Amino acid sequence: MRRRRSFLLPGGEKVAEGRMRGPALCPTARAREPLLAEFIRFDRITKFYGPLCVVENLDLGIGKGEFVSLLGPSGSGKTTLLMMLAGFEQPTSGTILVDGQAVNDVPTHKRDMGVVFQSYALFPHMTVGENIAFPLEMRGLGKAEIADRVTRALDMVQLSAMRERRPAQLSGGQQQRVALARALVFEPRVVLMDEPLGALDKQLREQMQLDIRDLHRRLGLTIVFVTHDQSEALTMSDRVAVFNKGKIEQIGTPRQVYDEPATRFVAEFIGETNLIEGVVARISGGEAAVRLASGAEIVSAVSGGVAEGATVYLSVRPERIELAEARNAAHNCLETEVTDSVYQGDHLRVELAAGSHPLIAKLGRRSREFEPGTKVFAAFSAGDCRVIAPPDGQRQAAAS
Amino acid sequence: MALRFSKLAFSVLAILFLVAPLIAILPLAFTSSVILTYPIPSWSMRWFTELFTADAWRRAIVNSLIIGTGTTLLATVLGTAASLGLRNRLVFFRGTFRTLFLLPMVVPAVVLGVGMQVLLARFGLTNSYAGVIIAHTVVAVPFVVVSVTGALAGIDERVELAAESLGAPPATVFRRVTLPLALPGVLSGAVLAFATSLDEVVLTLFVAGPNQRTLARQMFSSIRENISPAIAAAAFLFIAATIAIGLIVVLSRSVLAKRRAPVH
Repeated sequence: MRRRRSFLLPGGEKVAEGRMRGPALCPTARAREPLLAEFIRFDRITKFYGPLCVVENLDLGIGKGEFVSLLGPSGSGKTTLLMMLAGFEQPTSGTILVDGQAVNDVPTHKRDMGVVFQSYALFPHMTVGENIAFPLEMRGLGKAEIADRVTRALDMVQLSAMRERRPAQLSGGQQQRVALARALVFEPRVVLMDEPLGALDKQLREQMQLDIRDLHRRLGLTIVFVTHDQSEALTMSDRVAVFNKGKIEQIGTPRQVYDEPATRFVAEFIGETNLIEGVVARISGGEAAVRLASGAEIVSAVSGGVAEGATVYLSVRPERIELAEARNAAHNCLETEVTDSVYQGDHLRVELAAGSHPLIAKLGRRSREFEPGTKVFAAFSAGDCRVIAPPDGQRQAAAS
Repeated sequence: MALRFSKLAFSVLAILFLVAPLIAILPLAFTSSVILTYPIPSWSMRWFTELFTADAWRRAIVNSLIIGTGTTLLATVLGTAASLGLRNRLVFFRGTFRTLFLLPMVVPAVVLGVGMQVLLARFGLTNSYAGVIIAHTVVAVPFVVVSVTGALAGIDERVELAAESLGAPPATVFRRVTLPLALPGVLSGAVLAFATSLDEVVLTLFVAGPNQRTLARQMFSSIRENISPAIAAAAFLFIAATIAIGLIVVLSRSVLAKRRAPVH
């Protein structure tokens, strides 16, 4: 088996060895369950910039050792929340608790949190070694211990050879690894990352995502990670908090926010989805029958908060749709016509029209081609479909 | 081609226009004649000897150094503090304050001089080194503010935030991060302050007593009393000092820049 070369441990074979030896290094051994002990709590946090409300009455708990991503478009308040946790910004109202203690009045330098910025924010006038030694000096450690810990931190990010270089002499990826080492070397209570991979190219970004995830698992770090990249959030996090307009639309495991979006915003922001409008006809046993404008009825999973007679959206992920030539009694089936079909390497993207309603289906690589104009049935099970209340309707309290 | 030639000719003329006074005065520093005029009968260093032995000239040089050093220290500290303060987004009327700090650059020196004399007289500071240093500082601060503000603008605020998050209290952030990064700007501000003090005449005329006669002031009065070529020697000294200081700044800046210059 070919393993990717990780910067976390020197040499590929050592990674494999470590994985076999210690349960702590084995990803499946780590508890993936929701938090055991809450470590950080945002309690009714509101932040105004002048008349502009950036964060609105927000509650959020983060467990010890948890990796939580704050995901949202720019201006949704996620970075502001992180800046408030770091102490760079003060909430207009509300309390931030860390380990049970309110930290609102604790200055940044006493909060003991490592921060990694998108712009790396390395000290340009210091060498790589001096950069990493900085937080240790601030803590009054002895020279020998500082040197020792800097050596280990540099080993961890595989930059030992760069110790005497200045940040400007390193590539972007190397600089970000120095920033990471600097934020971890003093073993902070929490590591905060503000779009740390945003400035890197795609390939490097994906490598770093896996590396940071590894690091999180090995060291049991509590990480709060801000990103606007949904695939990054899904790849790395224990839980994802989806932000929109200063509020959390939904928080859950990557699987939950992807498979069971609570709101239309979440369904559309994370991945691609088909949204179909309809009226709830009946609800029974966790399933709802929704009548579409065309008269067709679709059975979908539903999780409470939706009343009969309500106008709702149905969300169906494109990859959950199968195309069949004949009606399948076990599934929801919509009569459609193929309008376009694009081969995209790893999948076949088929655009359909169900009456006047456009649908998208992503089919496996082995699927046959569909000529435009072909009549097919778009089939999907009730479990692959979610009912979403429109925002003005009786939206469930997703954020809490 | 004709355009290119005329451009070249124009540049040469413009440069000549700027340096002609220097070319006119500098050779006279080495004349053996007793009057400040051409032609030069023969070359001699006698006026430099005069400069360093005649009491009036020697005192003037020492005074210039004392006042220049005092002004440099005071103006650099005040100007740097002002620039740091103006950086804070929460300061009200930030723009107004910045303009106020730069005002002495455009206010006529004569007006400043009169005001300064009245003010210093009230505090009994006329005819004192402190008085002259204060007066020079007022006109030197804007140069420091401009220079340091420029340097501070080049610092990524997040670098300072990072330092804070790594455990550095505000004073340490300033000492270990902000100041070292702004140092090139502070240095050139200091040099500009020294240069300003060195050739300031108008304010000196108003506030300085006979004991604080600076080199520039001495040149000014001696050109009216006797047209001694010592003036040319003093001018030569000025130019040499200015070039030396300029070189120091350029060199120190390039050393500082090299330390963090991107290689790629």
